[in-house]
Amino acid sequence: MIENLKKLENLINSELTSKIQSSFIANDELSIEINESDLIEIVQFLKSNEKCKFRQLIDIAGVDYPNEEKRFKLVYLFLSHENNCRIKLSINFQPKQIINSITKIFPAANWMEREVFDMYGIKFKNHPDLRRILTDYGFKGHPLRKDFPLTGFNEVRYSEKEKKVIYEPVKLEQNYRNFDFESPWEGTNYIKEIKKKQADGKKN
Amino acid sequence: MVKKTKSLNLNFGPQHPAAHGVLRLILELDGEVVEKADPHIGLLHRGTEKLIEQKTYTQALPYFDRLDYVAPMNQEHAFALAAEKLLKIEVPIRAKYIRVIFCEIGRILSHILNVTTQALDVGALTPSLWGFEERETLMTFYERASGSRLHANYFRTGGVHQDIPLKLVEDIEKFCKSFPKIIDDLESLLTDNRIFKQRNVEIGIVTKQEALDHSFSGVMLRGSGVPWDLRRSQPYEIYKDLDFKIPVGKNGDCYDRYLCRIEEMRESVKIILQCIERLPKGPVKSIDGKISPPNRQDLKQSMEALIHHFKLFTEGYRVPAGDVYTAVEAPKGEFGVYLISDGTNKPYRCKIRAPGFSHLQAMDYLIRGHMLADVPAVLGSLDIVFGEVDR
Repeated sequence: MIENLKKLENLINSELTSKIQSSFIANDELSIEINESDLIEIVQFLKSNEKCKFRQLIDIAGVDYPNEEKRFKLVYLFLSHENNCRIKLSINFQPKQIINSITKIFPAANWMEREVFDMYGIKFKNHPDLRRILTDYGFKGHPLRKDFPLTGFNEVRYSEKEKKVIYEPVKLEQNYRNFDFESPWEGTNYIKEIKKKQADGKKN
Repeated sequence: MVKKTKSLNLNFGPQHPAAHGVLRLILELDGEVVEKADPHIGLLHRGTEKLIEQKTYTQALPYFDRLDYVAPMNQEHAFALAAEKLLKIEVPIRAKYIRVIFCEIGRILSHILNVTTQALDVGALTPSLWGFEERETLMTFYERASGSRLHANYFRTGGVHQDIPLKLVEDIEKFCKSFPKIIDDLESLLTDNRIFKQRNVEIGIVTKQEALDHSFSGVMLRGSGVPWDLRRSQPYEIYKDLDFKIPVGKNGDCYDRYLCRIEEMRESVKIILQCIERLPKGPVKSIDGKISPPNRQDLKQSMEALIHHFKLFTEGYRVPAGDVYTAVEAPKGEFGVYLISDGTNKPYRCKIRAPGFSHLQAMDYLIRGHMLADVPAVLGSLDIVFGEVDR
């Protein structure tokens, strides 16, 4: 399994030399980082190349790193049935950048890109129908951004007076409390350390 | 003379028994022929992914029961596997067997519901009455293992929450012996039923290529003749030691998908029986006390256990930084969790890959050119549950 991934990594690196920013295998999974401008070309390559054949797009995951200059990250997960392996393709970019849509290559990307647009406000070029998908009609904001509050801004209730469902700003009887239970130190690691020592001892 | 006709817009749902939940479909009709379908989803959106970012790994797990609420434990499984992969911990062998038993029970639960409600959508009432009785029995097994019929919260990182009693194992075995008869009964009502066939054969055909392009997985893929099952091709837990077949369809229509589901139920029964036969003794959760909480008895006796219990249920455990994608073969298809950890006790990002999402996406192209009455039939065979589509 790992050997196959290494072979694949070498192949991709040799075929697309300058376009791959970095590639690594961690947790038995192959990840590739690329520039957002090369996206279409590389996805096309992964899909059509004889030795790759990543013919299924599994998912597109957006990630938000608010403290970094290139704030957003998109991770494309592909699966190849023929070679029985997966690959992760990631791009980092600034909030204002518009990303090329891959709906032409993978029709399944349609709703996945809509979801990313809905959740992060990332815009896609040449997308056939870029509307919100999961949030409410007329929703404002992008809920999965880290600066979007967990409680949201509006709440909904049925008004007996107006005989309809109305939107109101969120009113909390008590502020949302987010306790930080994390201890400032790493905690003991002794079981693993003892085991390691025992293993080392056996070797010697 | 050319007579101009205007197409009719029909609003299907959001509250419609054949929509299997809260789906709003805007259908463009030319007479009775559907020209376009625009599914509006998100009416059950609860922001699961956002909530998980705020919770520790232990607290995040119960959200997975609420995704596909028809087969809760299969969802938990994906998340537990993801956390275990990042933590690099081994699950004890008994826990693996128990997990497989309950995953297959989940598969039967889901397939019974789907097969019978699909029959209900096309006009057969009896199968659902028979099927739900069996579902109730299966959910009692869930209850006896986890304390809850639906929201089990049973698969924890590093194993399962509690060991199962011997009596439960016996009862599951008894059920597995009698259940194939029930499948036969269901089949006698449906498989050769003229009306059922008229409504399903050659309806909603998916070709191999289309199934791949639209990211189909599970029965939707196998029904179109692609032999792909994660239990076989990328085996997790103990699936590689088990003997089971993977039913594959031929035509890719609603009827083939129904047949695949029926056969998968039979295979699941076989898997459960094999697991029960081999079920080894031993611990059911990881022995690493820094990840799995101590048991009740220790809590009363040992100071250290008490401290660990307190720390695990307040701070939780820290997961090493990194990202990982794990997928399981849920009843509806490939259910995956893409987990990014930043080294703290809460996931930084948890993307949930729900099979129903990509299946429902293809609704528009599946239904084009079909009659209005085929909409529930196709929708039923997609096996949509809105908990997981909307997340």
